[in-house]
Amino acid sequence: MNIIPSISPALHDKIQRRNHSNYVEIWTLLDAVCDPEIPVLSIWDIGILQDIEYVEGKYKIIITPTYSGCPAVDAIKEDIAKQLEDNKILNYEIKTRLSPAWTTDCMTLEGNNKLREYGIAPPVDVPNGCALHVTPTENVLCPHCRSRNTTIISEFGSTSCKALFKCNDCYEPFDFFKCI
Amino acid sequence: MAELKDKIQQYATRLGDDSLVLGHRISEWTSHGPFLEEDIALGNVALDYVGRARMFYSYAAELAGEGKTEDDFAYLRDEREFQNYLINELPRGDFAFTIVRQLFVDVYFNYYLTELKKSKDPELAAIATKSLKETRYHLRRSRDWTIRLGIGTEESKTRMTKALNDLWGYTHELFEPDELEIELIELGIAVDMRELKANWLSDIKAIVKEAELEIPDAEWAVRGGREGFHTEHLSMLLTIMQSVHRANPGANW
Repeated sequence: MNIIPSISPALHDKIQRRNHSNYVEIWTLLDAVCDPEIPVLSIWDIGILQDIEYVEGKYKIIITPTYSGCPAVDAIKEDIAKQLEDNKILNYEIKTRLSPAWTTDCMTLEGNNKLREYGIAPPVDVPNGCALHVTPTENVLCPHCRSRNTTIISEFGSTSCKALFKCNDCYEPFDFFKCI
Repeated sequence: MAELKDKIQQYATRLGDDSLVLGHRISEWTSHGPFLEEDIALGNVALDYVGRARMFYSYAAELAGEGKTEDDFAYLRDEREFQNYLINELPRGDFAFTIVRQLFVDVYFNYYLTELKKSKDPELAAIATKSLKETRYHLRRSRDWTIRLGIGTEESKTRMTKALNDLWGYTHELFEPDELEIELIELGIAVDMRELKANWLSDIKAIVKEAELEIPDAEWAVRGGREGFHTEHLSMLLTIMQSVHRANPGANW
């Protein structure tokens, strides 16, 4: 029997970490920090914010970069620092952790929905889900007209995280957030 | 133990050198790509390599201590201190040359990073896990292009054949670990590519055959990257890449 889980184990773990955290107010504060390149997504939605710990009198904000060369990471660190300081939290440290590696599975369902509304096809809008972690070449749901009659133009787009597609029904080109 | 730390630092630095030098070479295609989508693709791949170099250098800097940062490794070392394999520093050439180099390197990294994921050094393993995801889509692209250009036109076939001939002699040193690496291989930290050369070769042969091209039978080989002996091209690459940092030391923005 095949059971298709509605969320990945990686995301499930992350939600558990947040829900059982002793620092819920810090998690909530950081919901205001967004990806500078995709401003509809918070760092929680996209899965960059991994954990918040409290060690030796300091809040340790643990983030995971999406792509190795993603230039947004530096901007995100600055935005986290600003948000904390604006809220009078000065005892913090921002730490990058590479393991477990970021995957599209870390993106929340809300994040996927926000992406689609913004005009970017989210990773869940592929025919068989994102389980294979490979960018499909067709049948990605067009975020404009909801047709599946679409074709890849290039596996590389305006940022590392996106591939270029076109819709064969409404003729609009669109970005697809790659499955990795 | 301090000595082992130094050795891992040197190993991480070498891996950073491979990625940075190749990343810089690919970035030279920006605005020179054959068409827009390909220009963007090359820029994306370059960014992945530069990002990978940053991870390796940051780890080397952490091991080095003394307040060092990734920038010390990228911008403040000279040619003889760089220990990248030579294939990475060769000028970008034409599009066929770039594609053949990427094919060789992508197949190589596909094996290399899969092994490095199992390294007993957790940080190296983490960098490998992250980078392997990216190498997989790099490889899809370089494989597709190899086939497309190989069976394309007479012109593209000629250029691909020339690129294969020009690059083949630079692939041998990729599978020849030196003393430092052998020591780290025995400790389960570094990757032993000697064992994986046959796999690499068989993948390359299959793709080259599908592209209706041939593996060169030339026997020449060039070596020296890991010892810091380079082609004349690296010094020029570094001069350009490091010029801003060296003209304005410690600048920040």
